[in-house]
Amino acid sequence: MQLTVLRKGIRIFVAGLALQRHARTLLALCLCVTPALAGVLPDDRTDALYHRYQGGGITIQGPSVLIQKKITDNFALNYNFYQDYITSASIDVKLSASPYKEKRTQHSGGFQYLHGKSTYSAGIISGSEPDYKANTSYYSVSQDMFGDLTTVSLGYRRGWDNVYRDIKDVATGRLENDPTFHQQADHRGYSLALSQILTRNAILNLNYEAITDQGYLGSPYRKIRYSDPTVPGKGFTLADQIYPGTRTSSAASGTLKYFLPYRAAVSGQYRYFRDTWGIVGHTVELGYTQPALGHWIFDGSVRFYRQNAASFYSDLFPRANYSNFMARDRELAAFHSLTLGVGASYEFHVPSAPWINKSSLNIHYSRMIIDYSDFRNALYAGQDGFTAGNEPLYQLNASILQAFVSIWF
Amino acid sequence: MADLQEIIGRGLRSSANPVKSCAKRMTSARMVLVAVGVGLLLGGCSPIQPWVKPYEREHFADPIMSFNRDPVSDTYLEHVLESREGARGATGGIGGGCGCN
Repeated sequence: MQLTVLRKGIRIFVAGLALQRHARTLLALCLCVTPALAGVLPDDRTDALYHRYQGGGITIQGPSVLIQKKITDNFALNYNFYQDYITSASIDVKLSASPYKEKRTQHSGGFQYLHGKSTYSAGIISGSEPDYKANTSYYSVSQDMFGDLTTVSLGYRRGWDNVYRDIKDVATGRLENDPTFHQQADHRGYSLALSQILTRNAILNLNYEAITDQGYLGSPYRKIRYSDPTVPGKGFTLADQIYPGTRTSSAASGTLKYFLPYRAAVSGQYRYFRDTWGIVGHTVELGYTQPALGHWIFDGSVRFYRQNAASFYSDLFPRANYSNFMARDRELAAFHSLTLGVGASYEFHVPSAPWINKSSLNIHYSRMIIDYSDFRNALYAGQDGFTAGNEPLYQLNASILQAFVSIWF
Repeated sequence: MADLQEIIGRGLRSSANPVKSCAKRMTSARMVLVAVGVGLLLGGCSPIQPWVKPYEREHFADPIMSFNRDPVSDTYLEHVLESREGARGATGGIGGGCGCN
C-alpha cells in the first residue's frame, strides 16, 4: 500500500516536472521570439565593410562602417561612414573626357523611436565628392497591427543636390570646379510599405515608392553624338546633352520569403518601375539562404533586370539640335542585365571579449553582366571598317566584392 | 359562367398572392441585410484574431528570414545597382544622392 502511494507520488512529481519543462519551453519561446518587423528596434551591432567594384574600366573601392546602438529600451541611434575611391577610364570618359581619380565620402545618421506599436525614424545623409554635394533627409513611421502580423510604414524623403563640373587647370594640371557651372537638383520621395506574416513560414513585403526630381538631372560630362558626314572616319560629332528639368517615377515591388522545413530560406521578388521619361523596368530576383556546419550561412541569388530606353535617348542622333531633349547616358538606354551573387558568413565568439554577443566574418561576391540593346561602343567608329551607328553593341562585365566583419554587442 | 367566375377568382387569388409573397421576400431580405450589417458592425468592433500565434513565429526570429540581414552590405549593393539602372525605389532602403560613377 505504501509502495503504491509512493509510486503515485513519483508519477505526480515526474508529471509536474514535465509540465514545468513544457511551461519553461513555452515561456522561453515567448521571451525569445520577437517579431522580425517594426515594433522592435534593431540589434546593437557594428559592421566594418570593404567594397570593391571593378568593371567597364572603372574601379571603385573603399570602406563602410555602420554602428547601430540602443540608447534606451525605446530609442536607438545609427551612423554610417562610407567612402568611394574611384579610378575611372570608362567608355564615356574615353569618348568625351579624360581618365580621373576622385574620392567620395558620405556620412549618414539617424534615430528610431519606439512608442507602443509605432516606430518613428528620421535621419540625414550627406555625400560629398569634388563635383557633387548631396544632402538628404528622411522620415518614416511604422505601425504594427492585427496582432503584430501586419506592419504598415509611411516614408518621406527630401534631397538637395549641388552639381558642379570639374575642369583641368591649365597651369597646375589639377582638376578644379568650373566657376561658370553650378546647378542644383531637388528630390522628393514618398513611400508606402506593408509587411504581412502570411503563415508560420511565409512573410510578404509590399513596397510602393514615388519619386519626383526637379533641376539639373543629367551629367555635365557625358555627351550625345549625332551623324556628321563631314567628320572623316568617325562620322559623328559630340554635343552637350539636354535633359528635361523634371522627372517623376513610380515603383512597386513584392517580396515573398519562405522558411523551408530543413532550416533554409527561399525568397522571390518582383519590381515594376515606370517614369515620365518613358522608362519601364522589370526586376526579378530569387534568393536562397542555407545555414550549414553549425557556424556557416551560405547565400545565393540571381537577379534579372530589363528596361526600355528613355523617350529622348538615342545612341546616334540624325543631326545637331534634333529635338528639345537629347541624352546618351547608358542608364537611359535599353538593356537587360543578369547579376549572380554568392555569399558566405562564418559566425564565431570571442572568449576574451565577453561584451560581444556574437561576431561574423562575411564575404559576398556578385557578377553583373549588362547587355545593351542600343548603346554602341563608339570608340570603334572609324576602325576596322566600323562606321557611326554600326559599331558593336556595348557589354559591361563587372565584379562586385564585399568583405565585412559584424559584431553584435 | 361558372368557369368564368372560377377563372376570375383564380385571377384574384393569384393577383393577391404575389403581393403577399413579394412583401414576405422583402421582409426576409431586410432581415438578412440587417443581420449582415449588425454582424459586420460587431465584427468591426471585435479585434481581428491573429491566425499565426506569437509562439508560432519562431522562424521569423531566425536571421535567415530577415529582409535586411546585413544592412551595410544591402545598402551598398543597392547603390551599385541603382547608379547603373534607370529604375529606382521600392526597395525599402534610402540612399544618398549621386556617386554616379
